[in-house]
Amino acid sequence: MTALDPAETYRQEAQELLEQLEQALLDLEHAPDDTDLIDSAFRALHTIKGSGAMFGFDAVAAFTHHVETAFDLVRKGKIAPSRELIAVALAAKDRMRLLIEQPDTVDTTPGDAILRDLEAIVAAPEAPIVPEAPSSAQAKPSATTWRVRFSLAKDAMAMGTNPLLLLDELRTLGVATIVARTDGVPPLEVMMPTDCHLAWDVVLTTGQPRSAIEDVFMFVIDDMELSIDPIDTTSDATRIGEILVDRGDVRQEAVDAAISSQVALGTLLVKSGHLTEDKLAAGLAEQQHIRVEASAAKGAAKAAGQGADSIRVPAERLDELMERVGELVIAQSRLTQVAAASGDMDVKSIAEEIERLALALRDTTMGVRTVPIGSLFGRFRRLVHDLAHELGKQIELVTIGEETELDKTVIERLNDPLIHLIRNAIDHGLETPEGREAAGKSPRGRITLSARHAGAEVLVSIVDDGRGLDRNRIQARAEEQGLLAPGVKLSDGELFQVLFQPGFSTAREVTSLSGRGVGMDVVKRTIEGLRGKIDIASTPGSGTEMALRLPLTLAIIDGLLVRVGTGRYVLPLSAVEECVELSVEEDARSRGRSFLNIRDDLVPFLRLRELFQASAPADRYQKVVIVSSGDLRVGLVVDQVIGNHQTVIKSLSKLHSGVETFSGATILGDGAVALILDIAHLVELGMAHESRLKAAG
Amino acid sequence: MAKTILSVDDSASVRQMVKLTLSGAGYTVVQAGDGAEGLAKARDTTVDLVVTDLNMPVMNGLNLIRELRKLPSYKGVPIIFLTTESDAAMKQEAKVAGATGWITKPFQQEQLVAVVRKVIGA
Repeated sequence: MTALDPAETYRQEAQELLEQLEQALLDLEHAPDDTDLIDSAFRALHTIKGSGAMFGFDAVAAFTHHVETAFDLVRKGKIAPSRELIAVALAAKDRMRLLIEQPDTVDTTPGDAILRDLEAIVAAPEAPIVPEAPSSAQAKPSATTWRVRFSLAKDAMAMGTNPLLLLDELRTLGVATIVARTDGVPPLEVMMPTDCHLAWDVVLTTGQPRSAIEDVFMFVIDDMELSIDPIDTTSDATRIGEILVDRGDVRQEAVDAAISSQVALGTLLVKSGHLTEDKLAAGLAEQQHIRVEASAAKGAAKAAGQGADSIRVPAERLDELMERVGELVIAQSRLTQVAAASGDMDVKSIAEEIERLALALRDTTMGVRTVPIGSLFGRFRRLVHDLAHELGKQIELVTIGEETELDKTVIERLNDPLIHLIRNAIDHGLETPEGREAAGKSPRGRITLSARHAGAEVLVSIVDDGRGLDRNRIQARAEEQGLLAPGVKLSDGELFQVLFQPGFSTAREVTSLSGRGVGMDVVKRTIEGLRGKIDIASTPGSGTEMALRLPLTLAIIDGLLVRVGTGRYVLPLSAVEECVELSVEEDARSRGRSFLNIRDDLVPFLRLRELFQASAPADRYQKVVIVSSGDLRVGLVVDQVIGNHQTVIKSLSKLHSGVETFSGATILGDGAVALILDIAHLVELGMAHESRLKAAG
Repeated sequence: MAKTILSVDDSASVRQMVKLTLSGAGYTVVQAGDGAEGLAKARDTTVDLVVTDLNMPVMNGLNLIRELRKLPSYKGVPIIFLTTESDAAMKQEAKVAGATGWITKPFQQEQLVAVVRKVIGA
């Protein structure tokens, strides 16, 4: 057997390690807390670097070193394996492969760019890992202020020790006030310039232990004078006399004598020869340091006080609380019903009181679950940055209303759809810098993310100032693909809804978004799953706006309770525009027609009695509830409008998850179950019904 | 300008490792295989730091340190030596000879960089 070239052995080993690394990184994206994966990634990097150095792959080793350092920090829990870090690490992995396959690669630019990205992530960890239950060992020790006084051996500088570097190193430990004492410097004629005559007084406030300070002096500690004493900053000993006595620079009697003469104490002590000016300066510096630190500590305590006012609660407990409040609201509506039936005034008034409290409790609980949307917006900076790079566009991301609060669950589920919409805006909406200039716009495109409250909803919009949507092209393609009947006249809002149809896409879109596995139809479905709506508005040449309307919470909504036959149903009140009576004449006229004439406005309608095949006799006076979804309106014909209902949403069982007309169920005051109607779906049904009738007619 | 470090070691792999680590950290590294070669190179160009092994053929590290400290241009230039835990006596001798600091073998690359930074800054 011939011995393999060691470099070839390394190449093979490294390829395996790179695969191991990639696997670990990809898995880590889904399980960021898996320490085995972190270790696996780290080990791979470590070996690639170490062996690379042994076999002359210097470039690989030097490059990998930085990535390894980052993962060492991850391993130690100092930074989180964020998506950004993983993305950079994956890019780095590809770079390593290139460096191994072509060790003579001269162009270091791509590698340097990766390292810069890496450095940015490591230097400013966006998501610091907060230990769930910090043990006392892990807990950051509170800062202590130390008085470090030292002088070096006379020959220290001749032996290569640089005192300035020692002071620099002390500064890295915390906040340091440094005063050099020159009183040991001999007269010029006898001074040896290579000797070290200076001494230093350092007041250092640091969270590091004493040993860290001693480590600074590790090479010289045997031959120097060093004292490290904690300073009590909690007492009010910030008067110079007390400090000087505490430092042992002056005796208490001398201070007392000086104080009694009521002239600036330090000056007096110096004049009286008890103190040198240097020592006074050092003492005064310490006084200043303590004062600054004390006020900083007070600020911190204030901040900590605010921190003490807020507590961390596991999300599932909030879910549980919401659940309980839901049950309470149901029980309360039963009570209200029973009280109303009893006719007892006392019971009635108590029931009203409880209703008021239950609603207040509901609002408070919903408030507890909300978080500012800014945390979500922040995640997109990187996305925009990367895409801008990738596509060679200049993009500015503007965010408005980051403080807008939204239910935590809603925010989490918004992540993917927003990513998709932002990608679309950048990819298809914004033009290239040249294209923009040709259109007379600034070469730098702008994406605006905004959020604001509007009643019980939050409006989130993604606006780009790009080329806008091409109405004609969309209509043509939709007709081509059979999604629209040829020649139908639609409003912009209606037409742009075809973008959300599963089949609708252009070849170009498929390519640029391929592999993402999310299309506009999925975006729409996700938003609707949140009981939200999405609308598109666009002006050719000046941009597109994607407007999302989202409910504040997922758990309880204001509903309108209606009756169809013997069954009761809930409509989300936010979708209800108005309720009108369906006169007998209008009812008769509307038979066989697709529209109701609602105050001279033609509205397509659905008879829920027919849809639900209600067999009980219809009420003489039918009611029409006009609901809207996006720009579309539909009338729902019901037997009776019962009234407002606090609706605690219960999801349907898995078995019924495929049911389209209903989005959930709720429990009524009398214990009966009412189904919640899925308005978006009903509106679609209404439209389809209308088209069918039209086609037939 | 990048600071120059003279690495003196008879083991090629250690020299290689020192060179790689320190050039990765932004320093320029000059190498020598023993004390005599080290001294010659040190005379050629004044470096900012010498990192030397103690046990070496031809001229050992202790003697290299002593010789360097006799040179006027090496007064004040930091010298770091490589040592092992078991070699406490040697360490003391090296310090007396004029060494600035030391690093204990085996060491991680990060430790080497940390010690170098400590002694000559970035």
